[in-house]
Amino acid sequence: MSETSLGAPFAARARGALKDAYLQEALGIATTKFIGLRRESFEDFPQGDALRDRARAIKEATLQQLDRHLERLADNIERLGGRVHWAATGDEARDIILRLCRDKGVRMAVKSKSMATEEIELNEALEHAGVKPVETDLGEYIIQLAHEKPSHIIAPAIHKTKGQVADLFSKELGGRFEADPEVLTKVARAELRQKFLEADMGITGANFAVAETGTVVLVTNEGNGRMVTSLPRIHVAVMGMEKVIPSMTDLMVFLAILARSATGQKLSSYTTLVRGPRQPGEMEGPEEFHLILMDNGRTRQIAGTLREALYCLRCGACLNVCPVYRQIGGHAYGHTYPGPIGILLTAMLKGAPSVKELAHASSLCGACKDVCPVRIDIPRMLVELREHLDTEKIAPWTERLLFGMARRMMMRPSWFRRGASVARLAQKPFARDGRLRALPLFFGKWTATRDLPAVAEKTFSERWQELRRP
Amino acid sequence: MITCLGDMFFPEVGVAMVRLLRRLGVDVEFPPGQTCCGMPLFNSGYHADARAVAARTVKLFADAGHVVVPSGSCAWMVKAEYPGLLADDPALHAEARALAARTYELSQFLVEVLKVSGVGSTFSGTLTYHDSCHLLRGLGESRAPRTLLRSLEHGELVELPGSDECCGFGGSFSVRLPEVSTAILDKKLASVEATGADCLVACDAGCLMQMGGGLSRRGSRVRALHLAQVLAPEGPP
Repeated sequence: MSETSLGAPFAARARGALKDAYLQEALGIATTKFIGLRRESFEDFPQGDALRDRARAIKEATLQQLDRHLERLADNIERLGGRVHWAATGDEARDIILRLCRDKGVRMAVKSKSMATEEIELNEALEHAGVKPVETDLGEYIIQLAHEKPSHIIAPAIHKTKGQVADLFSKELGGRFEADPEVLTKVARAELRQKFLEADMGITGANFAVAETGTVVLVTNEGNGRMVTSLPRIHVAVMGMEKVIPSMTDLMVFLAILARSATGQKLSSYTTLVRGPRQPGEMEGPEEFHLILMDNGRTRQIAGTLREALYCLRCGACLNVCPVYRQIGGHAYGHTYPGPIGILLTAMLKGAPSVKELAHASSLCGACKDVCPVRIDIPRMLVELREHLDTEKIAPWTERLLFGMARRMMMRPSWFRRGASVARLAQKPFARDGRLRALPLFFGKWTATRDLPAVAEKTFSERWQELRRP
Repeated sequence: MITCLGDMFFPEVGVAMVRLLRRLGVDVEFPPGQTCCGMPLFNSGYHADARAVAARTVKLFADAGHVVVPSGSCAWMVKAEYPGLLADDPALHAEARALAARTYELSQFLVEVLKVSGVGSTFSGTLTYHDSCHLLRGLGESRAPRTLLRSLEHGELVELPGSDECCGFGGSFSVRLPEVSTAILDKKLASVEATGADCLVACDAGCLMQMGGGLSRRGSRVRALHLAQVLAPEGPP
């Protein structure tokens, strides 16, 4: 984790992140690379826009009948010999997994990258219960070694430079490794081989689950997902309920845009389709397959203001283009899901008051909406979240007072004019060459780093008297 | 329509716009009593207050023909948000929709309505252009300002790398998270200075306040100017 403490308010965490030179270097390089790759991949893909509209429409329609699709998914998985568990909360989801571990004598679990298991802080719970969780995605493996949390939805170790990873490996694994990604990957690979063979349980998330066939779909780049779903004797997949999609045809639509949005790939290196446990006559696969369908605040948003956030594919494109994320990274947000979409998901999972500060961690520049594969209107939803915080009086009273005054000025031109006159008087001691370089109190937040133009001797409204033609 | 920041901090932008429009044969009127489009209230979530300001502004411009705003974000507020804000009152809603349809950001008005591709002005030096978020992603405009800037005699337009990236202003964002806002700005200004341009042009008072304030603090030789100031630098209004 960067120097920032999670106990500090958001603004302090953000300031800490701005001062973290390693974070700044790593983030700048990685997000710029992701932005370029995504742009190029859509430039060569004229049908991309239509597919994005289609993907959004599928998500919209599926949520209209979520219960029906989920039941169909569950029926099909049970028919294949899998077990489906319904979890209303994150606690329930965690308890189901812990109970499975206890009942089946699980001592080690290998994991493929999953934000859903991050959301329920599964690793901590497993460790507490005496089960050793081993992350097998390279980024997650790095994070686990460093005792940190992911700072990006698809690139969990995006905040680390390769030098930092080399130092970490050298310290934790014993040895002296150079800062060469290829060398470091080989080291991790050798470490992980044995773990795949030893583990009793494989835990994954799910990018999609296809209702008509009972297929759980994993999109990965390292092949670890396949090992996790096929080598251990038990496979447990944890997914948010909104991840269900009706058909394999729908899946093709999503696969065509997901990797392009995330990494600029046409398809990820591996697309793993899992249909229940090992079937009679099959050579490989787990003896048991469990799917945990987790609600954890999701279904109550189907008719709520955060509804569109349920369309999210977790591609991370909105993080890469967000000017705020690009400056402060994921940890400063302080929750499982960072970036613009993370603010909305956090509000969904933990309630609006938990994002009182974060709701304003956006300049509303709209870059996130522009790149979102399912065109989630994130800026609009942030504004609605802000409205909720204001009307519920969760926003600070000083702020509400200030905006109340602003409203009065906007409603009465005479007050507006008087405001300009007062400002002209008040700025006198501070103005030089029409610029204000250091102002006290609240205004100092601007002038600490930027000059402010002085309020003009004559406003445009006042000058109009000379400009107008009879 | 001249909105709050333009009225108080950049009256010369409004004057330049009047000069420019008159030169192109437009009869310019300025309905008195204008204040602010209400976007600061709206974006911070004070929607009931923004609604009152929107209703007031709609009334103020009831008799206006085309409404031209030298600020992409205010134009976007009127065009994209007013109708929704006033949706509960059928009469006001209709007026808001009509106002939205005849409101234009300045560069769009020049190119789309007046069909000009140049205004025959002169600028000696190189210019670079910043795409303001609301004009670019809100109103979908990136060409009109560039077309007009390319028409300047003796002027040369150099593209700004990352011109579509936010300058970090974001209204109250700039003072709620001043350090983050400034970090975003610093990146933008480094790109601007790397172009070697003499002048940074934008079509939004907010961005100009942010970028101009940053350039001035750095003691940069680059001037931040509004499109109108570049297209109609001098002459009788």
